[in-house]
Order: sequence, then C-alpha cells, then structure tokens
Amino acid sequence: MSQKATKNITSCHHCGDDCRDETIKLADKVFCCLGCKTVYEILQANELGAYYEIQAQAGQKQSTKKEGKYDFLDDEKIQEQLTLFKDEERSSVSFSLPQIHCSACIWLLERLYKFNSAVVESKVNFLKKELSIVFNHQELSLKDLAELLQSIGYAPDIALDQLNDGKKKKRRAYDRKLIYQIGLAGFAFGNIMLLSLPDYFGIDYEIDAELSRVFNWLNMLLATPVAIYSGQDYFKSAWYSLRQKRLNIDVPIALGVAVLFLRSTYEIVGQYGSGYFDSLCGLLFFLLLGRLFQQKIYHQLSFERDYRSYFPIAISRLANGKTKSVPLDKIEKGQKILVRNGELIPVDARLLKGKARLDNSFISGESRLIEKAIGDKIFAGGRQVGEAIELEVLKPLDQSRLTALWNRYAKMNKGKMESHFSQGTDKISEWFTPIILLIAIATAIIHFSEGWSAVFETVSAVLIVACPCALALAAPFTFGHAIRKVGRVGCYLRDSGVMEEMSKMDHLVFDKTGTLTYKSGAKIQYKGSSLNEYEKGAFSAMLNQSTHPLSKALLAEFRDVDPILLDHFEEIEGKGLLAVIEGKIFQIGSPEWLQAEVEESNGSHVALSFEKEPLGVFHIQTSVREGLKESLNQLAGDYQLSVLSGDHAGTRSQFKKLFPQNSELLFEQSPESKVAYIEQLQEQGKKVAMIGDGLNDSAALQSADLGISIAEDVHAFAPASDLILEGDRFNFLPSLFAYAKYARTIVWISFVISFLYNLIGLSFAVRGELSPVIAAILMPISSITVVGFVSLATWVKPIKAAE
Amino acid sequence: MGVLIILILVSLAVALAFLFAFIWSVKSGQYEDDYTPSVRMLFDDEQDKSTNTDNQS
Repeated sequence: MSQKATKNITSCHHCGDDCRDETIKLADKVFCCLGCKTVYEILQANELGAYYEIQAQAGQKQSTKKEGKYDFLDDEKIQEQLTLFKDEERSSVSFSLPQIHCSACIWLLERLYKFNSAVVESKVNFLKKELSIVFNHQELSLKDLAELLQSIGYAPDIALDQLNDGKKKKRRAYDRKLIYQIGLAGFAFGNIMLLSLPDYFGIDYEIDAELSRVFNWLNMLLATPVAIYSGQDYFKSAWYSLRQKRLNIDVPIALGVAVLFLRSTYEIVGQYGSGYFDSLCGLLFFLLLGRLFQQKIYHQLSFERDYRSYFPIAISRLANGKTKSVPLDKIEKGQKILVRNGELIPVDARLLKGKARLDNSFISGESRLIEKAIGDKIFAGGRQVGEAIELEVLKPLDQSRLTALWNRYAKMNKGKMESHFSQGTDKISEWFTPIILLIAIATAIIHFSEGWSAVFETVSAVLIVACPCALALAAPFTFGHAIRKVGRVGCYLRDSGVMEEMSKMDHLVFDKTGTLTYKSGAKIQYKGSSLNEYEKGAFSAMLNQSTHPLSKALLAEFRDVDPILLDHFEEIEGKGLLAVIEGKIFQIGSPEWLQAEVEESNGSHVALSFEKEPLGVFHIQTSVREGLKESLNQLAGDYQLSVLSGDHAGTRSQFKKLFPQNSELLFEQSPESKVAYIEQLQEQGKKVAMIGDGLNDSAALQSADLGISIAEDVHAFAPASDLILEGDRFNFLPSLFAYAKYARTIVWISFVISFLYNLIGLSFAVRGELSPVIAAILMPISSITVVGFVSLATWVKPIKAAE
Repeated sequence: MGVLIILILVSLAVALAFLFAFIWSVKSGQYEDDYTPSVRMLFDDEQDKSTNTDNQS
C-alpha cells in the first residue's frame, strides 16, 4: 500500500480530506479512499450528484465498512424498542446521525426515497442531528435501512441507552406544558387588561353599571382557567413543600395567587369592586416566562451520557463454532464472545485465544497499548487493536467493574435538582414567608375592631402585595442570562442550578490527559544527525506498520516521505521496531534498547538507529493546553488545585512547574481512586469540582459537587457531567468561575430590590389602601425593575481568556 | 350598549381562535426544529422535479 504514495497532496472530492496515502481516480475526480469513491458512485447512480453542488466536499471520510455491524437489528425485541410507531405496513424510526453537518446532508437524507422506494418519508432535525424515517417494513427491513444509511456515509449511531429509554424519554426541545400555561396566562392577561381599562382610567360606571358587571364577570371567566391550569405547578410544589415541613418560595406565591383569586371573586360576586384578576394573570404570566427563560436547553448536547452511550448494542457470541449477534445485556457469564479490531470489550472477561493489545485510554487515560496473555483477565472498557480475539465472559454487563462503579454514582446523583427555583431563593423563603404571615396577623389584629370584612380586605391585601413575584424572577433571569452568556464562549451548562453550584466551589481537581494536555498533537523534537531520504523512507515504512501510539505520533514527522519496501519487519514488545532492508538493520525504539543518550527526563523518548549505530532521538512531549499556566495562576488565588492522572508519572516534573506549590499531583490513579480522593475532600467539608474528559473520569465527575467535562468535539464525546466546556476554551475557566460568583451577587442585589418593592406595597396594604390599580401597577413595575437590572448587570461583565 | 357587548364578545372569540391556533401549532411540533426548515426551503425544487419525472416516465 505504501508504495503507491504520491507526493502532491490533493483533496478528496467526497470528504475533502487530503489524499495522502493513496489516491483513487474516477473520471476527473480524486478520492482519498475506496469508501469515499463508493459513496460517490452510489450518489451518481441515484442521480443525486447535486449533493456536491450544495456543499463542495460535503461527505464524511468513510472508515472501512464493518460487515455485520447492524446484524442485531434483525432481533425483534431490539426492533420493537427502536420503532416509534408501527402498523400493518409502515414503521417509523428515528436515528441519531452524528455525521450530519451541512445543508447537503439535509438535502441528501431527505431524498432517501430515491435509493429505495420503500422509504416513504425521511425528515432531518438538524440541531438534534436526527433523522426520522417512515418506511414500509414489508419491503425494507430495519437492518437494510441502517445499512443503506451506512453505505452513503451516515452510519446510524445506535447506543444501548437508546434502547432502554429511547421511546419513553423522547427529548423535546422545550417543555410543552409550560408553553401552554404561558399561552393561556398571556391570553387572559391581555384580555383582562383590555376589559379593565375603564378602571385604570378611573372612568365612572354610574351610567353603565350593567356594562361594568359584564366586564367583571368576563374577567372572572378568563382568569379561572389561568389560576387552575397555569398556576397548578405552584400549588403542587407549595403543597409538597409544606408536607415536607419546609417553606420554599412556592408557598408565598401559591398563597398570593389563591388570595388574589378569592378576594377578586368576593369583590365581584358581592359587587364591591372589580377585583385583581389582571394582577393574578400578569403575575403567573411573568413567573412562567421566567421559568421558560431559565430553561436553556442545548438539544444537540447530552449531559446524561454514561457507559451505555459508548458500548455497542450487540456483540458477536461464539457458539458451536459459529458467531451470532446477541444483544449485549443478554450476554451471560461463561459464554464466549468475539471482539474484532477496533471494538470495545464490553464486559469483564478472560482471554481465550488471539493476541490482545488493548487501548485502555477510555478507562485509564493511559496512551500506551497493553498486551495481555492467554488466560489473563481483561476489564471492560478497553479497545482491541489488531486481530480478532476470543473471550470468555466473567461477569455480565451490569456487574462488570466499571459499569458497576458508574451505576452506583448515577443513582446517587438522581434527584439532585428538584426545585425549579434556585437554592438561594428557597433559602430566603424560609424566613420571608413567616415574616409575611406575622405581618398579616398583625394587620388582622389592628383592623379587628372594624369588623370581619375590613380584616378580610386588609389581610388579603397584605398577602397579595407580599407575593414575591420579583423575588422569584431574580434568580431565573440572572441564571438564564448567565447560561446564554457562557454558552457563547463554549461553556454549556446542564441547567441553571449548575451556575449557582459553580459559585460555591473551593477545590478543583483536574484530570491530566485530554484535560490539561491536548488529546493529540504532541510536541515532537528531534536531536541527532540529520536523516537522508533513504533512511527517512525506511523509518516511515516501519512506523506505518506499527499500531503503537508513539509510532502514530511520530509518523506525522515523516509525512512527506516515500516509504521504502521492507524485507523483514518485527515489533519487539516493550522495546521497539526492527526492520531489515537490503541486509541492513534499521531500529526504532526505547533509548535504553538502542543505547542512545537522552538529555531531558520528562516526556517520552524514541531513538533511531541504523546498523546498531544510534542516529538520533525524538523527544515527544505531551503538549499542555494553551494558556494553561496563566489559567492555573489565576485559579490558584481562589481555589485549591489537584491533579489526578491515570497516566504514569513520567510527566510529573513538567506539571510540578505549572502548578502552585501546595497542589497535590497524583499519578497512576484508577477510576475508583479518583472517586475516593474526591469523597475524602468532600468529607472535609470541601466543595469539589472535577474537571475531566474521558470515561475514566466518569465516576469522579458524577461524585463531585460539580462535574466539568472538557470536550474537543462537544457533539460527539462528553461523559455525563453538569457542564461541558469546549477544549480550546480551557483558559476561560478562571473567568467562568469568577462569572458564576458575580451572577450570585447579582441575584442577592436583586433580592434586596424586590424587598424594597414589597415594603412599599405593604405600607399601602396594612393601612387598607391597596386599590386594584396600585396592585396592577406595583407588581409589573417591580418585576420589570428586577428583570431589567439583572439583564443589564449580567451582560456588562465580560468573560475573558486568562492572560 | 348592547353593541358594545357584542363587540367585546366578538373580539374575545377572535382572541380565543388565536389561542387555539397557538396551542395547535405547539402541539403539531412546529417549534421543535426551528433550523432545518429554513435550510430545506432553499433547495432547488425544479432540479428535484426533473429527476423525479425522469424516474416516473
């Protein structure tokens, strides 16, 4: 293969990648691999060539097609779990296609019917990267459909978690019930204001008393469904909170709404006045709007990903010399399974046959390949590199080491955020509500001598005006704005509660590989005699043959070289590569093996030698993220820092220099010990934020008070966490933490503002002078002040990269 | 005065009609995906139709 290499780099007509290793030509088009060419041909055959006109080089690089990848779709139970709807003839399914990235994707995928007439309709949701398909299941099986998509470069991503709760928990872009509630409240609010207009202008009804009564009754008719339907969540939450003997902010709100309704009904039925129905509807309208604003959902992201998103759905089981695709959760202890090159080992197992070389970067963060001997125990989570291996299952899926660990923390974390208001708001309510009740009782005593109706009127006025509308809006709007603002710099929060949590941290724990350093793109330096073209060609060919991560990193250095045909090649475990060309020995490997001299101690070294004479040494240093030192310097002022790395201690001295003196740096940490470290800090009363990236940090991210996952590609790869931060925005971290603290201060300031309004309102109410007009003015004005203040305050503070 | 009441009732009926139109639009999922339709409408229909008729003929 390497002999075919060409020097002039052209880009592939289908995917736009550089055609480096080999080029395939078809007419005047150039392709980087057979896969891309195949897709091009399929598109041409179906007259869908316009795909490339909409977006040049719109395709995805085709990885080698794995035969039988979707065999499990023939299983009826799996089919049933994936199908959204099914009748005699038609089925409807929804596939997640992470490859969707441009308008040409939409164009092509919505013309699936051209490939196969059994497809009735296909519709793309671009933001969710989903394709919903209605097809005739008698003519086309689900498996064929998946393979059709695979053949045009959009292999559906079907993960285990979709099967278990895919149908029940269909992700919605927003909460529909909340929208209905807001719609109803807004509708009633507008119309009641219109009907109350004569009241606002103080127009005398004496001539038209009849008309006034009609208006009042209409108001009541409009407001009743609002109080019942739009207000139901507040009543429920208040009731729930009272049963738990707590006073959350919903208690005074529910009380306010109830009193508003009763008082207004009393006035209208008894013909004493026109009621406060406008205030009632306005109050609920604003409160619900605040809740909607607070829900900023990134529907293209998932914060719930656990191991099930990474594991395959089905695995090849060996029985009687045949392989059969079996759903992963049906695998039992003692069964034999086959794991092919590039596949994940999903359960704890013992190696029976084959050469196991495992890439454990998923679970340990370590980049080296680990070899296993026959009979060795292999933990779930490793990825096999090389030939297919046979394994005996030791533990089923849910009892395997990592899955068990993850499950434990996933359960613990559930129900972390129940209340739809912030913790700060609920804390205030704990003493706000009793004070309001005391004032109401005091008012009742003062007005007792004036009779029952006076008591009712003043007490209800107190409760109405004390209704903490502005107070309840402060946190949702502040955090709603804050979430949007941090979202713009590539920091995505699961919900607004995370922002509040973020402001309370005092200890930050970092993972190393992929978090503090880049996942790829190591810094490579060469020291030694310069290499001629012949030597370069030989080394390039050798590195080409090796799957070792260091070889792959080094190969980039030999990009522009024509590889030379090797006469003999072998890879010596733990030492390096050896090749013979025309009787001459070439070696690449550890400096000790080749007796090369090494100066610096940190990072990895790879030596080159020709005929047992060392030529030079490559120094490979895992490169730390840009601005890391500056970021850490800023964070060190406010937080205690630690590093937990799954990698070996080779880079300790390098990181020692970057971190402040008192930071703890721990290497060779297992997923369990990471969790133990965090729990130990929590026991000391610390609030711990874990910053990690891989699945090996998954349990630690869950057990920490705040889990931050760093992702190079936020759509593809992020373990379950509270916050997802784009990798190249790492140096925004100090500023983000500072912003969270700032947001909390803003909330407290707006609490004070809303109290002032409550005081003004109360001064009217206790004296029995609260007219509907004053209530109708005071309530919106206080809300607008608070919302305006927090909007301004959150937008003026910038979020910057550390300098 | 009777006219006024009729007017008010008519205006309320219109407002109610809009409320139900709104509820229907939410229910039918029109706000679920606010991006794809904006791209979809830009695709050339003609080109598509010509290939379509070719297939049928």
